[in-house]
Amino acid sequence: MNLHEYQAKELLAKYGIKTQRGEVTDNPETAAEIFRRLTERQPRQERDKLRPDPIGNISEAVVKAQIHSGGRGKAGGIKFVNTPEQAQKATAELIGKTLITRQTGPAGKVVHKVLIAEALTVERELYLGIVIDRRRSLPVLMASAEGGMEIEELSRKSPEKIIKVNWFPGNGFPLNEAKKVTGALNLERYQKEAVELIRNFTRLFVENDCSLAEINPLIVNKTYGLVALDAKINLDDRGLYRHKDLSQWRDIAEEHPLEYEASKYDLSYIGLDGNIGCMVNGAGLAMSTMDLIKLAGGEPANFLDVGGGATTEQVAQAFKILVSNKNVRAILVNIFGGIMKCDVIAQGITTAVKEVGLTLPMVVRLEGTNVELGKKILKESGLNIISADTMDEAAESVVRLVSGV
Amino acid sequence: MSILVNKGTRVVVQGITGSAGSFHTRQMLEYGTNIVAGVTPKKGGMKFDDKIPVFDTVRQAVNATGANTSVVFVPAAFALAALLEAAEAGLKLVVAITEGIPTLDMVKAYRFYREKGVCLIGPNGPGVITPAEPAFAKATAGGPARRSFSGGGCKVGIMPGYIHKNGSVGVVSRSGTLTYEAVWQITKVGLGQSTCVGIGGDAVLGTSFTDILEMFQKDSETEAIVMIGEIGGTMEEEAADYIKSNVTKPVVAFIAGKTAPKGKRMGHAGAIISGGKGTAQEKVEKLTACGITVVPNPAEIGKTVKEVMNAE
Repeated sequence: MNLHEYQAKELLAKYGIKTQRGEVTDNPETAAEIFRRLTERQPRQERDKLRPDPIGNISEAVVKAQIHSGGRGKAGGIKFVNTPEQAQKATAELIGKTLITRQTGPAGKVVHKVLIAEALTVERELYLGIVIDRRRSLPVLMASAEGGMEIEELSRKSPEKIIKVNWFPGNGFPLNEAKKVTGALNLERYQKEAVELIRNFTRLFVENDCSLAEINPLIVNKTYGLVALDAKINLDDRGLYRHKDLSQWRDIAEEHPLEYEASKYDLSYIGLDGNIGCMVNGAGLAMSTMDLIKLAGGEPANFLDVGGGATTEQVAQAFKILVSNKNVRAILVNIFGGIMKCDVIAQGITTAVKEVGLTLPMVVRLEGTNVELGKKILKESGLNIISADTMDEAAESVVRLVSGV
Repeated sequence: MSILVNKGTRVVVQGITGSAGSFHTRQMLEYGTNIVAGVTPKKGGMKFDDKIPVFDTVRQAVNATGANTSVVFVPAAFALAALLEAAEAGLKLVVAITEGIPTLDMVKAYRFYREKGVCLIGPNGPGVITPAEPAFAKATAGGPARRSFSGGGCKVGIMPGYIHKNGSVGVVSRSGTLTYEAVWQITKVGLGQSTCVGIGGDAVLGTSFTDILEMFQKDSETEAIVMIGEIGGTMEEEAADYIKSNVTKPVVAFIAGKTAPKGKRMGHAGAIISGGKGTAQEKVEKLTACGITVVPNPAEIGKTVKEVMNAE
């Protein structure tokens, strides 16, 4: 599950990591007021308890589109403003706009909210990130003295400029390692703060079951020290059950509607660009089926894993989801019934097809226990179903169907 | 003698009274697996199906029955505790079927198992099977009429037993049903399997391809190896390096997910291309460069293994 920048920053703030002061809004009418609040001179005792960053004398603000995607700046999703009127104008321009970044794909993402935050002067930009290092089965902290927008390019061109430290989550991030990283980043002037930040950031990752956490850039600001100017946090879906509060932050508007619909029924769905709908039990088999369709000259419209079980209910829901994609012209069902018997699955398919009122042509390949009985049921159903014995036969049949041969 | 599981395997089922645990215990018993105990906390003292003694803890089960292997059907939220308990109970092998264990829990389990020197297979895999012999005759018309196995086989997991046949092809895979597909193809071309190992679909696993390849290389019954990988991580690449220097038996590989888009998790927690790493293309290139036969078409895995073995 992905978090928005503003949510990630709230979480960072809970762990004592400074971020700029800012407020989220989906309403351009409030932007001017937010700008005034951010920039008016604050008496010391009005310090915002949630954000331990210092009160400031800020005259510039930044309006940032809140979408689950990087590369917003280049796509025009980040605007600097100097007056309440400019803040209002920028917010009005961004809300409802479709941003196309290198990560959103050509369809882009619609902006529903913006974060209006203090614009701070930047002395240096650093990078801090944490992911799971699968090679070592340990989380890894990555740090670089060259943060900012081009970290991916840096990791390609000069991977040696990125410091990497693995640590075991059962223990805290070791103090001596934190000091070493601080030194390698030339942050001796801010050593105490940097060490604490690193230890808190790594603790945040572990305590919240993250799959990715990034502060890019982490800036050095003359007055305020180390400040997280942008943050990205992804949570391990499997850990959400023990973070009910974080689950509330799920933003369905950022998810593909069919993928979201599928997740409600324990189906795993990924939309693709083609016109052949696929339904398979098992992720590896599903990916192979997609691969086979391509090999046969076709284009899969989706990945859909109904799971090892493939109950009638799930099969029906899966069909409904498949046909919601208007590009689908034919369907390929590939089910390997291990424990599940093929006649039961065939029954499930015919029931579901009738329930959904499906008229699209379908190729069904069943394998496993009672496969002959299963094929018989499909044949006698009177439905527009072609049976296939092997996976490649199935792929070739469905590709022929779609190309009208 | 096959790897990991055989006639001498004595299994304790963790989570035996749950719906998955009870269903699959019956399936494993039908296959001929020697299930000697079950564990469900607070249900110790009862007998499962009037046959299998149930205990409160794994240690109690091991002490009472001499169990040496565990299969874990405990739900994800309690799985870490069950795995840690199993690692300290005097077992040699633990097979974790559970899907949905948080990654950071597995990071902890992995370290613990390495420290204790206990082998952990999974999680989120179909398990391990050393097929019985002989095979069913033909599982076509109406399915296998008789699922009687003459013993010698051992199934520790959820795979359908009847598609397997005792033989000399070792199979190791990150998938579930795709493994069954490959196994079935191998059986249909007249070959059989020495042992099939589902290492699981998660990002952090107890045992890697390399670990299993090492075992197959040392196993006198295994003459060829089939490796089924998918997008995400670098386990296939590491295996390729290992195979080049250490494996003399022929290896046939298939990598699923050539058409998977970047950044999307394709079902399995571990099946995601991130930061440009873990694409199927990269894996195929690396495997090919290390002399491994890579099958481009998943429907031709069995056929290719037969060709490779005939060529040897």
